[in-house]
Amino acid sequence: MGIEGIGARVARKEDKRFITGAGRYVDDMVVPGMKHAAFVRSPHAHADIKKIDTKKAEAMPGVIGVLTGRQLKADGIGNLICGWMIHSKDGSPMKMGAWSPLAVDRVRYVGDAVVVVVADTKGQARDAAEAVEITYKERKSVADAVDALGKGAPQLHPEADGNLIFDWGIGDAAATDAALKSAAHVTRLNIVNNRLVPNAMEPRAALGHYDKAEDHYTCWTTSQNPHVARLVMSAFYNVAPENKLRVIAPDVGGGFGSKIYIYPEEIVCLWASKRTGVPVKWVADRTESFLTDAHGRDHHTTVEMGFDKNNKIVGLKVDTIANLGAYMSLFSSATPTYLYATLLSGQYNIPAIYGNVRTVYTNTAPVDAYRGAGRPEATFVLERTMEIAARELGVSPAELRRTNFITQFPHQTPVIMCYDAGNYGASLDAAMKQADYAGFAKRKTAAAKKGKLRGIGMSCYIEACGIAPSAAVGSLGAGVGLWESAEVRVNAVGTIEVLTGSHSHGQGHETTFAQLVNSRFGVPLDSVSIVHGDTDKVQMGMGTYGSRSGAVGMSAIVKALDKVEAKAKKIAAHLLEADEGDIVIENGQLKVAGTDKNVPWFQMALAAYTAHNLPQGMEPGLKETAFYDPSNFTFPAGCYICEVEIDPDTGKTDIIQFVAADDFGNIINPMIVEGQVHGGIAQGVGQALLEGAVYDASGQLLTASYMDYTMPRADDLPSFQVSTSNTPCPSNPLGIKGCGEAGAIGSPPAVINAITDALGHDNLTMPATPGKVWAALRAGAKH
Amino acid sequence: MYSVNYHRATSVADAAKKIKSGDAKYLSGGMTLIPAMKTRLAAPSDLVDLNHIADLKGIKVSGKSITIGAATTHFDVANDEKLKKVCPALSHLASHIGDPAVRHRGTIGGSVANNDPAADYPSALLALGATVVTNKRQIAADKFFKGLFETALKDDEIVTAVTFTAPAKSGYAKFPNPASRYAMTGVFVTKGKDGVRAAVTGAGDDGVFRSKEIEAALTKKFEASALEGVTVPSGSLMGDIHATPEYRANLVVVMAKRAVAAANA
Repeated sequence: MGIEGIGARVARKEDKRFITGAGRYVDDMVVPGMKHAAFVRSPHAHADIKKIDTKKAEAMPGVIGVLTGRQLKADGIGNLICGWMIHSKDGSPMKMGAWSPLAVDRVRYVGDAVVVVVADTKGQARDAAEAVEITYKERKSVADAVDALGKGAPQLHPEADGNLIFDWGIGDAAATDAALKSAAHVTRLNIVNNRLVPNAMEPRAALGHYDKAEDHYTCWTTSQNPHVARLVMSAFYNVAPENKLRVIAPDVGGGFGSKIYIYPEEIVCLWASKRTGVPVKWVADRTESFLTDAHGRDHHTTVEMGFDKNNKIVGLKVDTIANLGAYMSLFSSATPTYLYATLLSGQYNIPAIYGNVRTVYTNTAPVDAYRGAGRPEATFVLERTMEIAARELGVSPAELRRTNFITQFPHQTPVIMCYDAGNYGASLDAAMKQADYAGFAKRKTAAAKKGKLRGIGMSCYIEACGIAPSAAVGSLGAGVGLWESAEVRVNAVGTIEVLTGSHSHGQGHETTFAQLVNSRFGVPLDSVSIVHGDTDKVQMGMGTYGSRSGAVGMSAIVKALDKVEAKAKKIAAHLLEADEGDIVIENGQLKVAGTDKNVPWFQMALAAYTAHNLPQGMEPGLKETAFYDPSNFTFPAGCYICEVEIDPDTGKTDIIQFVAADDFGNIINPMIVEGQVHGGIAQGVGQALLEGAVYDASGQLLTASYMDYTMPRADDLPSFQVSTSNTPCPSNPLGIKGCGEAGAIGSPPAVINAITDALGHDNLTMPATPGKVWAALRAGAKH
Repeated sequence: MYSVNYHRATSVADAAKKIKSGDAKYLSGGMTLIPAMKTRLAAPSDLVDLNHIADLKGIKVSGKSITIGAATTHFDVANDEKLKKVCPALSHLASHIGDPAVRHRGTIGGSVANNDPAADYPSALLALGATVVTNKRQIAADKFFKGLFETALKDDEIVTAVTFTAPAKSGYAKFPNPASRYAMTGVFVTKGKDGVRAAVTGAGDDGVFRSKEIEAALTKKFEASALEGVTVPSGSLMGDIHATPEYRANLVVVMAKRAVAAANA
């Protein structure tokens, strides 16, 4: 590695503008004549809209337009859709209810958008929004997914009888039942995976600008995938054809999945801009973010895991009810199915698995992928079950895992995935060594002397990233392909622009992608610009989620670089009168191997553009495009160990140490990877100890501000001990597996396993707040 | 935020005059009022800013007798060397209110007049047997705090200072709400010439209160060990998504123990 190339701890190029306040976010965008939007939202969880009176609002100062769902429908704007078709076990397609960007006849959750007001200032828009008079007739509501499936539950959508969207299965039910019947021991448990609010630092925002002269729309939006936004808004929402719609996602302050989806607000801003004749900007306040950003998790699961007399797993049966909220968000059907149940084999040899997933409408915010997306839920199910099984079987948690580890690769699981490479024992050994697992008993005794309860817990996770081979996801119901594209432009003076379909909203692509170019051509990082987030600049792209930008996005760049390199070598060979096969690229020069004959990179580039002396028949210029479609998922895996101390007087849990031993394949920038792991663990610890979205019986979100929704703070977390032991991924050219979600996937069960170890029983749900841990200490095991 | 008329008061008398315009509210640190206005939950027509009245600022320590001006910030209460010597528990309390930004803006008078049921200061004033001085009268803390966000203050009345005599011993311990970091339960204990007082914030469903169970036990012996086995009833304690009344009842005893230990340290 060079000092700026692959493997180097290069400081992030983009951080200078972020930490000096010079970043350019959607709310920083100003278009001449721009006005401001405010949404009137439902205060009820479930109600019929009887009447909307906009007269008073229209007469308010500064008001330009007050627009309703009826007008939006009359203009032909389509309903929001879920882009991944899932079929129930009986072969019927999922039951998708209508989701209008502005509700027409009925509202289905608190925060549902009903009317938009456009005014000169944000304050005037809000004032007028308060003056819109909507008459509702309230309906009975239901917030809990299990309740929504119950008899007598209010019906949300006529399409989904009993609020059931689909009843889907994966694996072999008969074989699994037989295996469980023959098992020497079966561990059974019920698990709740708590609902989370993503809480990106930058709230969602949209600026829609319709240019009458050009009959063309521009949308600035907080998106993780602007091309997908353009595609979906064109193909399904009828906003504008793709050639008349430009989508720009500039600096975006965090996404965690919540900015993958296309929401009502960006559609409405574009439509309202045409309707009112002015550019329209909307920026969510924090309460709107809590109410309307797609939430994450919210599963109820029962598990049965059977073991033979040698403690080998013989079968696993999982039955999950997943809450999808009031409407189906863009990828909501895939998250609790193909991103969840396909990972139920974990790191283990399990001959028979059956997973059943029912998804349900409730009067809550839509639920979709949130950092990890299905894989944290699968890992929590498996790793809680393994820990409890070890306790029941009287063996050490590490030994039970080791007994069942997959050690031969490739390994075909019973739930679609074919693991390509890994060394799970190595991560477990590394984590146990780092955590001084052997010394825990001593530390527990010492803690007891201070009146504290110590516990230790582990979690061996695996996830599937780099999503994904397009043909594979297509056969599973995806509405899009999941390749990535790149264009590499070498300028006449040798500087390089890389246009990527990946999108950076915190990941540091401007640095890591440039490091790749540096490694290939020796061009300094300063001479490499990464361009992303604009459909007018970047040819096409599928965006950033599922830890795919390294494994898929960079692979596309590699393919384009390969093409550039081939042409550059041809030019250099021609200039140096050498054989093309003898040209090597070193330190910014193209050399004839074994000689001192060379041409500097910039001179080769200049030659490509002056075209005064190119090989016979060669086109001038040096610019190449590539699309990369992965041949498999990638499989990051690792072992996390958490050690906690509980104050029995207050129930407060302190994390004493947290060890993460990950296998991410090859690594571009170890510092950025560590940052990703730190952030992921913070969110995972947040889920385990602190965070939980709570709706009351009437469907009001009780945790709609930071006064009640507990975000992880620095003093809630220890200094993490992270390490990597990398087995390169065989399915992509850089050997990358992906690291963006691992922390959030692997950590919750490690934390809960540690707390329950300290408690001495497993009767505890997330978030394990001090109040809950204190109550659990008093209640003891419930059997 | 709705539009609002801002008035800067130059003296207490000036403030009392200016409050008569419209539906006006006094603004001290604004650490509760301004966020409530920003989220449109509060909408006064006028604000009368008390922060620039010199008479309302500063801490006077004369022997055991202490006067703290109403517009004195938490930061100043936390860092006043003389106060720290005679009543370190109060400085300790102030040093843990909110975050540094809040401590540099928020004031003791504003906190007391707002009487948030999870604010720290009300427990201190009640346990210290302090007196709230206003532009009209002096009100004993026992009679000042009337319930959730309710006090004995009349609409136009201005808190000008808080006075008390430093007790021989005092201590404060709080268990913060995990989300807001306000006191989920905070207990301030004192031992002075009039005996033991223990006031609880964050827990009571009618705001700050004195715990007779804690006071009775500590009157026998002002030691944490005196509270072993002591329980407080949970019937009048708050329950919410963060803490049940039973858990808060437990925290009252645990925080009282820690407060006593701090007082004796």
